[in-house]
Amino acid sequence: QLFFSYFKDLVGQEVTVELKNDLAIRGTLHSVDQYLNIKLENTRVVDQDKYPHMLSVRNCFIRGSVVRYVQLPPDGVDVDLLHDAARREARGG
Amino acid sequence: MATTTGLESLVDQIISVITNDGRNIVGVLKGFDQATNIILDESHERVFSTKEGVQQHVLGLYIIRDDNIGVIGELDEELDASLDFSKLRAHPLKPVVH
Repeated sequence: QLFFSYFKDLVGQEVTVELKNDLAIRGTLHSVDQYLNIKLENTRVVDQDKYPHMLSVRNCFIRGSVVRYVQLPPDGVDVDLLHDAARREARGG
Repeated sequence: MATTTGLESLVDQIISVITNDGRNIVGVLKGFDQATNIILDESHERVFSTKEGVQQHVLGLYIIRDDNIGVIGELDEELDASLDFSKLRAHPLKPVVH
């Protein structure tokens, strides 16, 4: 539930989602759900020459289970806040 | 607000699905459920290769099980029409490794 809330706060930011099949998709975070499925808008694949498979896709739904990383803008993250929240979550869980 | 990423907005639209085994399937989204199993009509698979242009294999009406789904993309038909598939060369997508 922590990361679900965290991603909700990040809606509107530019992120790059790296998938477990090595594909990386950059876009604006549109929405997220309890499974951490991600909807991105204005998407472009990071290495378009290598992966032309999604050239005509501009919005996409990414299943949470295939995400390897979500790359965030460094100044888009309050690391201390996240650190505290995670510590609290770890204690309470 | 951003609490449900429904696929409702994509119903009756042409979508491009990337499956966990690295395939790219294009079709019209007819239905889905909470587990993101999907029903795809008029579907065809786009096979990419490094040796020849993109091949299309017609599939028809398909149900794709949720655990095989990686990405569901909204296909922009104008953009898609502007692509010359016979000239595209690419390695096939890798399968998903957990």
